[in-house]
Amino acid sequence: MTLDTLRLTAEEADRLLRTKEISGAELFAAYLAAIGERDPELHAYLHVCENPGGDGLPLAVKDVIGTKGIPTTAGSKILESYVPVYDATVIANAKRHGLRVLGKTNTDEFAMGSSTENSAYGPSRNPWDPSRVPGGSGGGSAAAVSGGLAPWALGSDTGGSIKQPAALCGHVGLRPTYGTVSRYGVIAFASSLDQVGPVAKTVRDCAWLYSIISGRDANDSTTVDVPTVELPAGERLDGLRIGVPKEMNGADGIEPGVTEAVDRAIELAESLGASVEECSLPHSVDYGVACYYLVAPAEASSNLGRYDGVRFGLREDGADFREMIMRTRDAGFGDEPKRRIMIGTYALSSGYYEAYYGTAQKVRTVIKREHDALFERYDVLVSPTSPTVAFPIGAKIDDPIAMYMNDVLTIPSCMAGLPGLNIPCGLSQGLPVGLQLVGPQFAENTLFRAGHALEQAIGFDGVPERLR
Amino acid sequence: MARITRDEVLHVARLARLELTGAEVEKFQEQLSDILEAVSKVSELDLADVPPTAHPLEIANAWGEDEPRESLPLDEVFANAPERDGDYFRVPPA
Amino acid sequence: MNVAWQPVVGLEIHVQLKTQTKMFCRCRNGFGGGPNTQTCPVCLGFPGALPVPNRRAIEETIKLGLALDCAIAERAVFHRKNYFYPDLPKSYQISQYDEPLCAQGKLVVPTADGGVTVGITRAHLEEDAAKNVHVAASGRLHGATATLVDFNRGGTPLLEIVTEPDIHDAETAKRFLQLLRQTVVELGLSDAELEKGSMRFDVNVSVRPEGSGELRTRTELKNMNSFNFAAKGIEREIARQIRIYEEGGTVEQETLHFDPAHEEAPPMRSKEEAQDYRYFPEPDLVPVHPPDDLVERLRAEIGELPGARIARIADTLSFYDADVLVTGGLDRLWADVVAAGADPKEAANVLANQFVAAGVDPARVDPAELAKLVSARAEIPRAAFDEALAKTGDTGFSAAPYLEQKVVADTGELDPIIERIIEANPAQAEQYRGGKQGLLGFFVGQVMKETGGKADPRVVNERVRAKLG
Repeated sequence: MTLDTLRLTAEEADRLLRTKEISGAELFAAYLAAIGERDPELHAYLHVCENPGGDGLPLAVKDVIGTKGIPTTAGSKILESYVPVYDATVIANAKRHGLRVLGKTNTDEFAMGSSTENSAYGPSRNPWDPSRVPGGSGGGSAAAVSGGLAPWALGSDTGGSIKQPAALCGHVGLRPTYGTVSRYGVIAFASSLDQVGPVAKTVRDCAWLYSIISGRDANDSTTVDVPTVELPAGERLDGLRIGVPKEMNGADGIEPGVTEAVDRAIELAESLGASVEECSLPHSVDYGVACYYLVAPAEASSNLGRYDGVRFGLREDGADFREMIMRTRDAGFGDEPKRRIMIGTYALSSGYYEAYYGTAQKVRTVIKREHDALFERYDVLVSPTSPTVAFPIGAKIDDPIAMYMNDVLTIPSCMAGLPGLNIPCGLSQGLPVGLQLVGPQFAENTLFRAGHALEQAIGFDGVPERLR
Repeated sequence: MARITRDEVLHVARLARLELTGAEVEKFQEQLSDILEAVSKVSELDLADVPPTAHPLEIANAWGEDEPRESLPLDEVFANAPERDGDYFRVPPA
Repeated sequence: MNVAWQPVVGLEIHVQLKTQTKMFCRCRNGFGGGPNTQTCPVCLGFPGALPVPNRRAIEETIKLGLALDCAIAERAVFHRKNYFYPDLPKSYQISQYDEPLCAQGKLVVPTADGGVTVGITRAHLEEDAAKNVHVAASGRLHGATATLVDFNRGGTPLLEIVTEPDIHDAETAKRFLQLLRQTVVELGLSDAELEKGSMRFDVNVSVRPEGSGELRTRTELKNMNSFNFAAKGIEREIARQIRIYEEGGTVEQETLHFDPAHEEAPPMRSKEEAQDYRYFPEPDLVPVHPPDDLVERLRAEIGELPGARIARIADTLSFYDADVLVTGGLDRLWADVVAAGADPKEAANVLANQFVAAGVDPARVDPAELAKLVSARAEIPRAAFDEALAKTGDTGFSAAPYLEQKVVADTGELDPIIERIIEANPAQAEQYRGGKQGLLGFFVGQVMKETGGKADPRVVNERVRAKLG
């Protein structure tokens, strides 16, 4: 049987396996073949695995997630030859459910970026238009899923790194409620923001993968118990109260084609029985990016301290310890991590802490409170995920701030630890547009229900036109 | 205007143990100044009675029991070591 | 112009807790196997590793805080202290900064006239660094070295205690450290052995004119690994600073690194650059809100601490005796021996002196038998007493057989012996009569020898005096 990996969902692949229409080996081989065919162009993968045996579903894994015995680079030269000796908890959970690691996907270095252009190993390409970015930092997983090179994947989201690539590549991505998925074994970027999440073709697949990886972990003391995941099945949205924050939907820089596609989706939601009302996030959008680009780099500057050439990773020569680590870190980190380390160090440094990091943590409280207030009246907040469709490779790389603004719509809910789901809602200029649904903490089931019904109604064809 | 001086760039680079070239210092000074200006926006808000948020979840007292678990075998401890000397990690003198 | 100077001393003490596992991972804590055999991704700082706090370490910190009369924080937070060093795998230490578990306590150091109250600024919990071993690289001509790192120690739970600058002399500093050590050991928190490094301390020293409340520049003394060494080092530093001020100079802020192997050697001085640790709340850990019932349970487990016991027992005995007994770990035995009928002062005397010299383990002694021995001390020969005392730790010891041996106190028996000895040593007798009173001991000693130790030394003493005139 020839498998159309571009169309095959995890749910469908699982059915084929259980009915023995295909074998585990055939399934894995089909993806390897697709990778052989399209990955030279897409560069979704940094490492492709051999079939480990068994007949579980293959899973692509973003290269910031530690996989025992499989190289894990975080998209950086400083970890070029690093092979973890332990699995991240999410990988252990996946393996317990029989999933097999298909390969490690490309990422902006240390998950810092919105395009994968910051990867030390070269950018990944958008399957809809390979001259354009797939988004980032999880562009590799996105290109893999949309490019038919994996049925589903794991990503990580700090400021939008799952949701934004999902929007740009036209598939589903969930950023879970903070604390519902373990970070143990995941290379840390910003500890109070990082979450691992599912990247998939459908909302049902997404929900299923979330149920596999989530749950309190004794190895991660910031995790909590998770409500039981319900795989969504309904078609209607009766009773769902949708809020449309005007600052999100009217933010600077949103392309008209994006607004149009999102507006149509909102109208569709209404026709499915949801109530829709405009609302306001007075400061969250305006100050979210500034807040994020203080908190995240501060935590990152500390998290990246361990890359010192002592116990693993790159080591450059030096006459003494200090010289060795200065050279190692200069050689091993690319520009974006260096920028963030320096901004972060500055924000935490003596004399500046209160003005920068301390203030940002207070702004974070403001953002959280504004969202909490809205969730007393609404079940879901809706907006575009990304202000633009996929932009050309190279277009924003020399302008860090322009690059940061890609995350203006995904960042606010991240700061508040809230879950967010991206579903594709249409095309603009032939490229996918993503709809972001944000819920209160632990409201994944609401997001899945809403996302699934909308997904069915929208009927977006996730296979890139040029690959059909 | 929140510009960062060359000395400040050198200072944070030293604190973060990054050995920057002269050209890098110049480039980063420019970029960091732009970023700093953008993020300084946070001080525009009135945050008088707002407490900081260190954690998105309000949880406390997450502890582990004092019961030993197996440590890593030495071959795993050193699996990625740049320089192993017997059963020690070896580095240039500190 | 003579100014009276007051030394101002503060202490910073680190105590390794003897929990089963490390502070943030469940590797075994303590000495064990070879280098790097008690490590895991967490204490090695591997990418992706996360800390999980040790419940017992938190409880023990609270317990010590209660023992030091501290207020236990309603909300305590761990902070990251960022710097780079080979023994610091994450390049930050998880510690506590401005929200420690315990604060504002005190420890009273008992003295003969009441006691010195030393304020405890704070007691907090953190992780210990790993161990660097600096070696000479073989084959190199110019003493080039390398650093070898063993991460076994890394992650050991460390309790840090900081005092107010309430100590004003070296002796009090020493006694404070001894008392703190004993408190920690009695609470079962640590072995607190200076030579092994399970207790370490730094001393901050400055001086000021007596009566002024100012705080002048202080120097930090590090790496002294015995209390006596510390007292001497502190005294020297006090003297040095006074000399400087009296010569019109200023004291520089410096750190003095002592060499534990060479106490007499002058310390190395360094002006360490002010480090910017960029403390911020540890995002991988959630706050600690000690529950009331936990705090009360821990408080109830504490019992009477050594400082309080010294003060209490000093009501019955002299301060000196009370101090010796408690700090020698003998006061419990003493209380039991007294309860079994011995005189408190005699019992204290025996325990503080001969008992300690005999090296018997107080835990193995039957207090009732020891009480009998103490009570009969004047009546049995010294040799018999000493022999019996040495055996009091033996299983099933009975004082009875030793009590049967009586001293010879009968002057009728002793006088002839005494006379004989005086006659045999005319020169010494002459000298004694001429003023050398110390020779009394010589004669008494001779009589004791003659009688195989069985004579009653008091009677001999009296009779020799009488006979010599």
